[in-house]
Formats: sequence, structure tokens, C-alpha cells
Amino acid sequence: MIEVSDLHKAFGAVKAVDGVSFRARDGEITGLLGPNGAGKTTALRMLYTLMAPDRGQVRVDGIDAALEPLAVRRRLGVLPDARGLYKRLTARENIDYFARLHGLPDELIRRRGDALIRALDMGDIADRRTEGFSQGQRVKTAIARALVHDPRNVILDEPTNGLDVMATRALRRFMVQLKAEGRCVLFSSHIMQEVAALCDRIVVIAHGRVVADETPDALRAQTGQANLEDAFVKIIGSEEGLAA
Amino acid sequence: MSRRSTVIRGTVLTVFLKEVRENLRDRRTLISAFLTGPLLGPLLFVMLINLTLNRELDKADRPLPVPVIGAQYAPHLIDALKAGGVVPGAAVADPVRAVREQDADVVLRIAANYGEAWRKGEPVQVELFFDSSRRDAGTAVARVTRLLQGYAREQGAMRLVARGLSPSTAWPLQVAQRDQATPQARAELLFAMLPYFFVITIFMGGMYLAIDLTAGERERQSLEPLFANPVPRGKILYGKLAAICLFSCASLLISLLAFAVVGRFIPAGRIGMELDLGIHFAVYVLLLMLPLVLLLSTLQTMVAAFAKSYREAQTYLSLLMMVPLIPSIVLALLPIKARAWMYAVPLLGQNLGVMQLLRGDGVSAAQIALCLAGSLLAALLAVLVTVQLYRSEKLAISA
Repeated sequence: MIEVSDLHKAFGAVKAVDGVSFRARDGEITGLLGPNGAGKTTALRMLYTLMAPDRGQVRVDGIDAALEPLAVRRRLGVLPDARGLYKRLTARENIDYFARLHGLPDELIRRRGDALIRALDMGDIADRRTEGFSQGQRVKTAIARALVHDPRNVILDEPTNGLDVMATRALRRFMVQLKAEGRCVLFSSHIMQEVAALCDRIVVIAHGRVVADETPDALRAQTGQANLEDAFVKIIGSEEGLAA
Repeated sequence: MSRRSTVIRGTVLTVFLKEVRENLRDRRTLISAFLTGPLLGPLLFVMLINLTLNRELDKADRPLPVPVIGAQYAPHLIDALKAGGVVPGAAVADPVRAVREQDADVVLRIAANYGEAWRKGEPVQVELFFDSSRRDAGTAVARVTRLLQGYAREQGAMRLVARGLSPSTAWPLQVAQRDQATPQARAELLFAMLPYFFVITIFMGGMYLAIDLTAGERERQSLEPLFANPVPRGKILYGKLAAICLFSCASLLISLLAFAVVGRFIPAGRIGMELDLGIHFAVYVLLLMLPLVLLLSTLQTMVAAFAKSYREAQTYLSLLMMVPLIPSIVLALLPIKARAWMYAVPLLGQNLGVMQLLRGDGVSAAQIALCLAGSLLAALLAVLVTVQLYRSEKLAISA
């Protein structure tokens, strides 16, 4: 469970996040939807304690991120906007490195690594160096690396960015599987189709503020639009920065 | 289940092992740390020393061609010069130009009235043309001057004897030179740059790692996922620093080994100096340089942390590499008397220590202690600053 209340973050005069509050529950997929530059990535960065908020609070499973950042990070699996693999290491070595940083014992690292490699269908690339990986292979490796410590909460920043149709579909199935395992899944996207297809709850962010926080059905009802795409455009007030 | 398979490594060790493994797979880092960095210094050094030594040796024994104007006026003087190894050359039209254009190191001009004045017993003048700003001409000028003065002395003595006087009346003072330089100290100028070679080696050994582990990691956008792990950033930094230090140390060791080997090929004995670049020297240099390894690794990481990209970090670090040159140049140009506090100054202390080892004086325990304490303190300060830098929010954000 991830709870965010009244989050603020400014860079100089630019208010990137200007009072964001929402809640992402266990066993649900929560989508953070907004145009490019709405403040999604900055908000997520405060969630995984890379940045400290100017104001407001982040709680993960009830733990205050400002007070116990390490405990919060232990409960999170994060796929940041920056995927950044180590090119001279193999996919498995990349995964192992993060597992060791989490302090997992070797035997468990092997077991978890194998399970994730199977689940993400990356057996053929596991022992290859990541230099020259396709975008899809890179995202898979980064996700395996982020989930190797079996976190209750999963944060994915634009996970399908740059993926082809096959890779996108596989990744969506994987997210549904994470939800079925009872995890709290929070992901950001600027693609409405994706959010509509996957989410139990949609948080719409524009100009650093939450402009809607509903189930997809409620969103449709609220705006009076049968089509979700029209509903989003109506909420955000413009079509700019969104993709169908 | 075996015990080994359940071992949980510490964060610092995990980061250290990963960085070492990753960089052992990078050819450019390997070449720089284990080949060009540590071996370029010794090779350059040997070539430079051999060149200098051979030139000095050659100049002392070799026949010395000197264009002489008016040789026909003083056949006796010319014979004396020939006996001293000078080969009188054909007269040149313009001695000033010949020297300026480096056609000759030195030109001798004998006045046309030489013979007449000589017979009358009057002093006569001979002129030497040379350019004292040309260092390599110095030996030639000194040689010709010495021969001319020797000839004048000898002839003067003969004139005195002919008049029934003892030659010693004309030279009431005799100067005896007693040179106190040890054979090693004579080579001091030549070796003033040696400490810098060691510093450069340490620098080159860790440079690519320092760039790769901070600026490179940021450019590849892997710092953000790394910092999302539940480990303090300070521990990540310590692991990275340890990896940089390891590569730097390896570089230094290879370099010391290379110096020990090539030291045998330096013909130091031929100009009467002793040169010990063996195990004893290597151990002391290593000891003096150890805190410098940490200091330089940290400084490199600190500078690389300011850079936005790999290339930018490379530029900054090339500039940083110039800093250790300063004490070497100062010590080579200014004869500073070493005072105790100087040993505590990082770089300067190592410089003085290595020079002392080269002179064969050895370093005292107090000097070593000062050197280690001063540099270690500076290194720890640098680590503290870098840890603060690593805590900054901006560090992880790549774009």
C-alpha cells in the first residue's frame, strides 16, 4: 500500500508537483496518467526516496519515507524512468548485483533469478551481456532486477515506453500477474489505452496536480463521456501530450 | 546446503566486487591501468635519461670541431687545441651568424696582429663566439675555454721562468675544488621528475574507473536504479572508491616493477652516480604513496561527480592531472631546503621523500609518519566532502 498526501516539489520557480495526494492499494493496479511533463516522474521519484519532497508525506505499508527511507526502499520494487543497465555485465549479473545489495543470500538469489527469468521469458538472453540488448530486452532485465527481492509494492515509470506490440502485451500480462499475487502495482503512463485496459483505479495528473482519482467506470460516469479517451481530454482540458 | 552459498556480502564489498568485475571487462580501462599508465613513465624516463647521459658523455670525449678565423696567425696555439681534442675547422665569414644559426656551437677568432704582439710579449686577444642560452653548447664552450686558459697559463709560466722568476709569484692563490655531492645527488636534476611519474601512474590507473563509476554511471542512467536500493549512498561510494584504489595500486605496483627492471639499463655508473630503484626503493615509495592513492581516487570521483557526461569528466580530470606537476616543477627549479612541515603537505611530502630515496639518503621514520598523516588527513577530508556530494539529490538525475 502506497499513500501519498499533499506532495510538493519545486525546481526553482517551476512547480513540478503541486499538491499531489492519492492511494495505491494492495491487489490493485493503480495508473498514474498524465501528459508529458505533468509531474509523474517527479512524483514517483519522491515515492522511492530519490528526492525529498518540499512538503507532504509518503507512506509505504504505513512507513514514513522521510523517516525510514531504507525501510521504504526495501518494500519497493522500482523501474525508474532511467533503465540504466550495466553493459559489461550479463542480464543475470545485473539481477544478481541488485539482489546482493538487498542482502539476499546466494541460494535465494539463484532461485528468485531463475523464477523471474522464466516469468519474463528471458531465458535466451539471461547469460548474454546487456550491451546491444533491444529496448524490450532491456526493460525485462530492469524489471527482473527491480523485483528480485520480492517486494510487496511495485512502481513502474512508463514501463511500456519504446516497446513493440508483442513486448507491450507480455508486460501487461506480467503486471496483471503481479496484481494477482496481491501486490500493490503503481505505474505511470501517458497512453490512455493502456491505463484503461489495466487499471483498477486511475489517478490523472496535470500541471503537477491530481485532477481525477476514480475507477475507469466512475471516470466515464463523472465526465458523461462513454469513451475513456474523450473523458481524459475533458478532465485534462487539452489533448496535448497524450497518446491514444 | 553449503555454507558458502548462503554467504551474505556487505554492501561495500558487493559494490566493490561488481565494479572490479565490470571494469576488468573493459579493454580501454585495462590498457590504461595496466599498460600505458604504468609503463609509459619508466620507458620515457629511461629514454630521457639515456639521451641526456649519452650526450654529456659524448661531449666530454668526442673530437670537437671548432671553426677558427685566423688560424694561420697562431699555429702554436692551434697545435695546443688539437692536442686537447679540438678539430680546427675552416674559417667562417660571419661568426655571429654561424652561432645564431647553430651551424657551430662555438667559433674562435684570432686577431691578425697575434703573431706580432706575441713576439713583443704583449697580451693578445682571442675571441670566442657562442650562445649561452643554448644549453647543449655549454660543454663545448667550457672545453675550449679551459684549453685556452690552460695554454695561456703554460705560456705565462714559461715566460716567467725565462726571466728567472718562479711561476708561483704570478698565482698567489690556488683554488682546490672539493665537491660534496654524493654520486646520487649529482643526478638530482635528472630525477626531479620521477615522483611525478609515480603520481601520474596512480592517476591514470584510477582515472577511467573514477569517470565510469560516477559520471559514466550517471550518463548511462544507471545511478537512479542503483540508488533505489535499500543501501546508504555512502556505502556505495566506499565500494566504488575501493575499486578505484585497487586499480590505482595495481598500476603503481606495475610501474615500480618496471622501474626496478629498467633501472638496470640506466648507465648511471658511467657518470659516477649510484642508482637504486630496487625492492628497497619500491617498498618505501609504495608506503609513501598509499595515502595518495586514496586522496587521488577521491578527488577524481569528486570531480567526476560534478561532470554531466563521460566526456566532460574526462576534460576535468585532464586538468586535475596538472596539479601534481606543481610540486615537481617547484622542487626542480627552486632549491628549497626541506623543512619538517613540508612532509605533511600531500604531493610535496611524497616528492621530497622520493627525491631523498633517490639521493640515497633514505627517509626517517618521522618523515614517513608526517607524510602518511598529512596525506591521509587530506584524503579523509576529501572522502567526507565526496560523501556529502553523493547525498545530493541532483547526483542521480541524469536527464
